[in-house]
Amino acid sequence: MRDPLVKIMGIDLKSVPIISGKEKNVNIIACVKQVPDTEAQIKVKPDGSGIEEGGIKWVMNPYDEFGVEEALRLKEKNGGDVTIVSIGPQRAMETIRTALAMGADKGIHICDPVFDGADAFATASALAAAIKGIPYDIIFCGQRAIDDDSGQVGAILAELLGIPQVTVVTKFEFTGGAVKVIRPIEGAQLLIECPFPCVVSAQKGLNEPRYASLPGIMKAKKKPVDVKDAAALGVTVAANAKVARFVPPPARAAGKIICGDDPAVKAAELARLLREEAKVI
Amino acid sequence: MAKGVWIVAEQRDGAFRKISFELASTARKLADVLGEEVCAVLCGSGIEGIAGQLGKYGVDKVFVADSPALEPYTTDAHAAAVAKIVRENDPSILLLGASTQGKDLSARLVGKLATGMATDCTDVKIADGKLLAIRPMYAGKCFGEVVFSTFPQMASLRPNVFPMVENAKAGAVVKFDPALDAGQLKTKVLEVQKDTSGKADLTEANIIVSGGRGMKGPENYGIIEELAAVLGATVGASRAAVDAGWRPQSDQVGQTGKIVSPNLYVACGISGAIQHLAGMSSSKFIVAINKDAEAPIFTKADYGVVDDLFKVVPEFTKECKKLLA
Ligand SMILES: Cc1cc2nc3c(=O)[nH]c(=O)nc-3n(C[C@H](O)[C@H](O)[C@H](O)COP(=O)(O)OP(=O)(O)OC[C@H]3O[C@@H](n4cnc5c(N)ncnc54)[C@H](O)[C@@H]3O)c2cc1C
Ligand SMILES: Nc1ncnc2c1ncn2[C@@H]1O[C@H](COP(=O)(O)O)[C@@H](O)[C@H]1O
Repeated sequence: MRDPLVKIMGIDLKSVPIISGKEKNVNIIACVKQVPDTEAQIKVKPDGSGIEEGGIKWVMNPYDEFGVEEALRLKEKNGGDVTIVSIGPQRAMETIRTALAMGADKGIHICDPVFDGADAFATASALAAAIKGIPYDIIFCGQRAIDDDSGQVGAILAELLGIPQVTVVTKFEFTGGAVKVIRPIEGAQLLIECPFPCVVSAQKGLNEPRYASLPGIMKAKKKPVDVKDAAALGVTVAANAKVARFVPPPARAAGKIICGDDPAVKAAELARLLREEAKVI
Repeated sequence: MAKGVWIVAEQRDGAFRKISFELASTARKLADVLGEEVCAVLCGSGIEGIAGQLGKYGVDKVFVADSPALEPYTTDAHAAAVAKIVRENDPSILLLGASTQGKDLSARLVGKLATGMATDCTDVKIADGKLLAIRPMYAGKCFGEVVFSTFPQMASLRPNVFPMVENAKAGAVVKFDPALDAGQLKTKVLEVQKDTSGKADLTEANIIVSGGRGMKGPENYGIIEELAAVLGATVGASRAAVDAGWRPQSDQVGQTGKIVSPNLYVACGISGAIQHLAGMSSSKFIVAINKDAEAPIFTKADYGVVDDLFKVVPEFTKECKKLLA
């Protein structure tokens, strides 16, 4: 059982006005992106046009795992169904299947080379086009995709659908017809209430994502996935912001290892260097 | 023709966040290359009085929306207010902070203004009269140079990376009506639970002392806390320490935690896994204290001590106390 928000923030949820009434059979969408594993070494192509994809292990964006998990818990508690939406090349189908194996019901795979290198606005436009055609109450996204690290798509999607957003969420509750979330900010936590439909972007801490079970994996193979291209969605892709060149990270100058046998002497030398050489203390 | 370098200033409880001055200083630098004006947008309630402070860091004009509906921050209200004034003035460049608020607001604005943004930039410059934004991607494993084909050209700047530079300009204050429609304000902040430790947030801290699995248990963080107290630092942790339940999630530094750029980052008993390095490698100085000379953290460290942290850290704290006395 998760801690109810009530306990965490010390307030009585019953005092909170009910916004709307739908609690059963929630139509849930989870947006997932396939990204390089966090362990992956990233090498820039010699011409700076992108990264070398050979040898990369592809996984579901870790923040999207939290989104999928929360979607499944909401469905298990309130009833409803979970649709996975992903834009990506053919290999992204594996990630959709992973989400279906975790327990999602169906998928939409937006697969078209025009989306290679698409920026956040183009990505969100395509997601919006796909989602507009189906019923939705709650849309889960990750707070950011760990490849482009842009953290924009959820909010743009919400704007394009004309619905509110709550981003970087570490607790989620669907009570009395509204959504209540906890959002950490610098030096504080906020308890925010939001009517639905809305976009919720997931942060680590929200939950512990489940692993797909073997029967889950078998079942996932038979679950429906609708594959669409840009034309079918009626979207054109322009890059408002474009990575003109990829470059390797700036090299750090080699550091100093403070030698010696006596920890106290080394500690004193460290303090001296930070004071006199680096001038940071 | 889009013109002018704009920033969205950030305040909380009637005081500017430091990022606002970093934004103003950076905008001034860009605007001087272009020969254009720097304007700021400031939203909140009862904040008209502080607006002029931005002039000190090079802002020519501050557009202020002062309304109870703008406090505390909600995406709906702030995005509507900023989008309105931006649409009316058509700036060429719009900069925000990559703070929690700035990230939330900037992304919504990209949607409202149908434009493009480079998130969490570590450098911005003007090339051929346009914005060139440089940002870490793949958790800092490579960098991208971002160019724009729409206006405003938007970038959010990583806190603590861009210098604050005094460069006094008029800082003229111009009020505007955000014309908020109550029906559009959908989200509500029901409660704000403040961290009462008085410590700077990791993303804003000047100095961070982090402890990892090498701390062996939650009871040993006292030595880290003590060092942090002497240095005026904030305590961080590796994911191993967080997942073990020794430290709260809000302390985690790394790819799935906070991305930090302090002046000084002290890693104690942290091996330097690629996901941890992703969160702290833009720190200005890095110190590693680890008993394993082969630990990858030493490849990033400016200063390394290979030894038992339980022996080094308390001695280091003593030395710092002496130096800072
Ligand atoms: C999807 C994903 C996301 C992740 N995100 C993050 C993230 O955001 N942040 C993060 O930190 N990690 C993250 N990780 C985990 C990461 O891979 C490492 O497991 C983690 O960083 C290890 O933490 P650590 O360095 O504290 O522990 P370890 O790797 O176990 O290192 C402990 C170190 O302490 C040293 N030590 C032990 N005793 C002493 C002593 N007495 N004195 C001195 N030194 C000592 C050891 O030599 C060792 O180097 C992520 C992993 C995955 C798969
Ligand atoms: N190509 C994509 N397909 C599906 N969802 C995406 C895609 N790109 C981004 N998202 C969603 O938007 C979130 C934020 O992504 P980003 O703005 O790219 O950092 C991700 O965690 C996903 O939930």
